[in-house]
Amino acid sequence: MTVTKLTFYDRIDNALSHPEKQLAISAGAKAKYINRANAMAEFQDMEMTRQLARQVRANTLSKLDLYLEQFADNVETLGGKIFWAKDADECNNYIHQLAVRHNVKLIAKSKSMLTEEIDLNDSLGHANIEVVETDLGEFIVQLSNDRPSHIIAPVLHMTREDVGTIFNENLNVPFTTDPSELNTIAREHMRHIFLNADMGISGVNFGVAESGSICLVTNEGNGRLISTTPRIHVAIMGMERIVPTLTDLNTMLQLLARSATGQKLTVYNNIITGPKRTNELDGPDELHIIIIDNGRSNILASSLSEILYCIRCGACLNACPVFQSIGGHAYGSVYPGPVGSILSPLLFGNHFDPLPHASSLCGACKEVCPVDIDLPSLLIKLRTQNIQKGSAPLWMQISQWIYAVTICNPILFQIFLQLAQTITNRFSQKGWITKLPGPLKNWTNQRDFPALAQKSFRQMWSSNKE
Amino acid sequence: MSKTQQIVQLLVTCMIDAIAPNIGMSVKNILNRHQCEVQFQNSQTCCGQPAFNAGFIKQARTMARHTIDVFSKTTGPVVIPSGSCTDMIVHQYPEILKHDPIYKTKAEQLSKRTFEFTQFLVDYLKVEDVGAHYTGCAAYHPCCHGLRNLNIKRQPSILLNNTQSLKQVELDCAEECCGFGGLFSINMNKISESMLNKKMSHVIDSGANVLIANDLGCIIHMQGGLRRKGINIKVKHIAEIIDDCN
Repeated sequence: MTVTKLTFYDRIDNALSHPEKQLAISAGAKAKYINRANAMAEFQDMEMTRQLARQVRANTLSKLDLYLEQFADNVETLGGKIFWAKDADECNNYIHQLAVRHNVKLIAKSKSMLTEEIDLNDSLGHANIEVVETDLGEFIVQLSNDRPSHIIAPVLHMTREDVGTIFNENLNVPFTTDPSELNTIAREHMRHIFLNADMGISGVNFGVAESGSICLVTNEGNGRLISTTPRIHVAIMGMERIVPTLTDLNTMLQLLARSATGQKLTVYNNIITGPKRTNELDGPDELHIIIIDNGRSNILASSLSEILYCIRCGACLNACPVFQSIGGHAYGSVYPGPVGSILSPLLFGNHFDPLPHASSLCGACKEVCPVDIDLPSLLIKLRTQNIQKGSAPLWMQISQWIYAVTICNPILFQIFLQLAQTITNRFSQKGWITKLPGPLKNWTNQRDFPALAQKSFRQMWSSNKE
Repeated sequence: MSKTQQIVQLLVTCMIDAIAPNIGMSVKNILNRHQCEVQFQNSQTCCGQPAFNAGFIKQARTMARHTIDVFSKTTGPVVIPSGSCTDMIVHQYPEILKHDPIYKTKAEQLSKRTFEFTQFLVDYLKVEDVGAHYTGCAAYHPCCHGLRNLNIKRQPSILLNNTQSLKQVELDCAEECCGFGGLFSINMNKISESMLNKKMSHVIDSGANVLIANDLGCIIHMQGGLRRKGINIKVKHIAEIIDDCN
């Protein structure tokens, strides 16, 4: 994944200096959050299903090698091809070579965050192969040379006016903000792409081990078109996205749709089992499924493997007050929000180490996670790893040790309290301080800080006793 | 007195100890009125949550062992007027000390006898009406750790509903974090500020003249923000509200 030069703090400043954009993001995320809550409320035995899904994910990952092998064997028996890609380069090279071998000029793509993760479009673009995003949101992102800001809603950061302008400037159509007109414009443009593409590329929502099927969910039907119309269908799957059975898939789909968009079921649920068979008229001649690692087996072997339970619904992004404040782009990763704050440093390295610190640990993410991932605990684990790497500023390391030593010695603690009482009392007015020195000014820049009480609780307690 | 006295250990929290001791006194008063003999161990300090949340696990373990030592010598339930400190002891102590041969069991024992204040009143003592009386128009902000990790929701609501003369108003997006998050409010101060601003505008829109919460960190964060904006809304701990029995 391409990494920006700006630091996380710069990106936060950028995000917060565009209040109109933040308003769009916040409103969009909130609406999704409410839709999800409503959809879950009418779902009987929701908590039971959620815990069942969690068990399915845990079980699958504990025997991932077996399920992957079963999946791959079944795909090959059906006439599909499996390619195991260690990393982004291996995956992109395979697709490039395949495209060259089959004289592919135009590729129609459905939405896939994994292809963003491996920069597939850039890689094919360099080889002069035209790739067109067919998901409406991704199409807008592609036209405007932008990046998706949300894993489910790529243009969460845009307004209708933005979309109208982008279409007007890029597609030679009059400016409009009417959603149905905008849809019609995209539809007309897209139809030609679907009919002429030589290759379709998709992600995989779930691979089903017992049948060798891949499941692809879309609301626009583009997933079905790109996987049936072109001669070749290439599906790229993260190695963790396996479910053992079709029954398990059923559990996951119920939760995925409700969590992602508040729908009971996504509009198009495609279960694709092998390429076109000899007696069939539709479907691709060739189906290639690329199973990619790209850092996932390292995560699987670590104490943070629970993050691989994730089914990419985006609910934790919508629920997160930090995401609502800064939006997806500030994270600088294809995976923003709580899940991204954990995945990004693990998949993309040190540049993303500050992300886990951008959380008040409020737990709203865990509350909405369809597989009950303990995201706050994982964030703390990453913070701990950062501290162990020595990445905390010196003032923080020193103050944490002083704090620990003081806390474990009640006499020192009392002396410290009295000292702090004297100091804060000198600088406070009516019990509040408006300016603190050093790193603490980050508090008093925006809020008053309370002075310590004239008498602490322990002092009050002992004087009551006397 | 007809009933026997229940011995209760008050873990007052370092913040209430240092900044708002009156909250601790209110807790003591209320418990005293309900046949509890409140004991305060002078050797108690801080539960270690700030270190734990910031990723300083070694320091957090040291502080956890200290707190466990303080309370292992005592009897009776441990009552804490803070959801986040209670969560630290109830859920995190057993987790961070699970490989410690000596403290593992002690942590589990302490976890079992530790309660958040409103939880203790309503669920343990079965007291739903403390005879409180408070004149004001109040909004309630459920602090995140208590709400999501201990399910503290019903208990404060029961206690406030039984408080005479207290008018309660709806707080929009009440369950959204105020942006405190300990060190987060200093490390990521700009995000924290943005979250606080949203919270404050909901509080102002509610029309309340008092905002009630049950974690002092969140209370001083919201009060500090409101003061800076010159808004005259008091932020109070639930114990202060229900201690008023005149």
